Amino acid sequence: MKCQFCSNPATVHLTDIVDSHKKELHLCQSCAEQHQLVTKQELNLPAILQNLIGQHLGPQTDELARLTCPACGIKYMEFRAQGRLGCPHDYVVFRSGLAPLLQRIHRANHHVGKFPQHSVLAPEQQAELVELRHRLQSAIDREAYEEAARLRDLLRRKGCHG
Amino acid sequence: MNLDSLTHTSGEWLRGTGPESDIVISSRIRLARNLAAFPFTNRASTGQKAEIEALLRERIAKLELEPKLSYLSIPALSSLDRQLLVERQLISRELAAADGPRGVALTPQETISLMVNEEDHLRLQVMRSGYSLEEAWHEIDRVDDLLEQRVTYAFSEEFGYLTACPTNVGTGMRASVMLHLPALEYTKQIEKVFRALQKINLAVRGLYGEGSRASGHFYQISNQVTLGKSETGILNEIQSVIPQIITYERQARMSWLRDNRQGLQDKIARAYGTLCSATMMTSEETMDLLSAVRLGINLHLIEAITIPTVNELFIYTQPAHLQKLKGASLDGEERNAARASYLRQRLREAGAHPN
Repeated sequence: MKCQFCSNPATVHLTDIVDSHKKELHLCQSCAEQHQLVTKQELNLPAILQNLIGQHLGPQTDELARLTCPACGIKYMEFRAQGRLGCPHDYVVFRSGLAPLLQRIHRANHHVGKFPQHSVLAPEQQAELVELRHRLQSAIDREAYEEAARLRDLLRRKGCHG
Repeated sequence: MNLDSLTHTSGEWLRGTGPESDIVISSRIRLARNLAAFPFTNRASTGQKAEIEALLRERIAKLELEPKLSYLSIPALSSLDRQLLVERQLISRELAAADGPRGVALTPQETISLMVNEEDHLRLQVMRSGYSLEEAWHEIDRVDDLLEQRVTYAFSEEFGYLTACPTNVGTGMRASVMLHLPALEYTKQIEKVFRALQKINLAVRGLYGEGSRASGHFYQISNQVTLGKSETGILNEIQSVIPQIITYERQARMSWLRDNRQGLQDKIARAYGTLCSATMMTSEETMDLLSAVRLGINLHLIEAITIPTVNELFIYTQPAHLQKLKGASLDGEERNAARASYLRQRLREAGAHPN
């Protein structure tokens, strides 16, 4: 719908009912302000939300395209296609692709807020445990039961709490 | 936990109490968390998902929470029961539809729900009736602290709580407020409010989340950004706009009353009349008519029924609730007839006629 005063898109819609006659007025923001029908919008911060990841992954480089997470086995291109990461370690492995993406989505690149009070695993530890689990799963899939038993033992020894 | 018991109450978010409850239906906060030593749910094998579920289920059971949470395994539920939980906003549509081992832990009052093996290993949710984001935050923060003593979350100093989707990383927090905005919608000012909200990175969704239509003039307003802002910062941002929207809606209601009291009264009386006498009723139409009646009650234009009753009708006329009440599975047409007959009966019980 277009503004009745100029041809900009109308964003202010007024309905006036006098003696059961309905009058409608459609204006753009600036004409409405000019005619003092509305006061200037107070909420006017610049950021426009961008939540469709697929459209905002930015230019891909050959280097990124070749990346595979050693812990969970997901490729960077798979992440791009489905918009979901494979494991916590991907934030380390795909960092060069993720940092600009996070900047675009959140307009920030560093966590502010709550930290876990108790146990936090170092990134290497986190990666190692996911990788062991990944190897365990593929051993099970290959029916390599001796290897699976060994890996399961190893996971247990690493104190693999949740 | 017996799901049939859920059909005797309207649940926390439709209790119709709490601050600003003429406009604010409920306040809700969710936190996304993952275990450090496992692949994310979408990358986990069935065996790994079972391991994650067993581990979380055991740790959740040990939480020092009163009253205790009950755990429901989703694959063990009928599709009707799953839909019932979705309608009550206790689980997401994604969790209901997903594959593999997964579940939800609930408190009897339905204020806390912990989803296991959703998009993230753990999705914590706390819900409050009315405008109570602060209270919801204190509660969920406490539950999160208790859980964190028993499980090791995936966390990095740089990016915060690590999530399967980068849109949730950081605080992993989504805070949302559900509003009933009939006057802003009828007076066509709602679009303007939405555009202003989008400019400050707040999202507006319909009743049942992403992609759902705003039926019954219910809107959920929530934060989009989760990284680079603290939990309190996110809450402050939402809290800086909600009172304004509440004021706009109240002003729109008052000017409507002032300018066209009779027209408004007629609209509400017709809505009530239709609900009292129709013999076929779709879910959509029911929501819109109940919305008008709810507005009428808040403006003291109708006194035949109360807000808690209207809220109950909102939830009981949803497809799964209706089938639960009737104790039978019903197709679309049958549901419309059953819905209309249920509405007639309930409104007759509520007595009297519109003023």
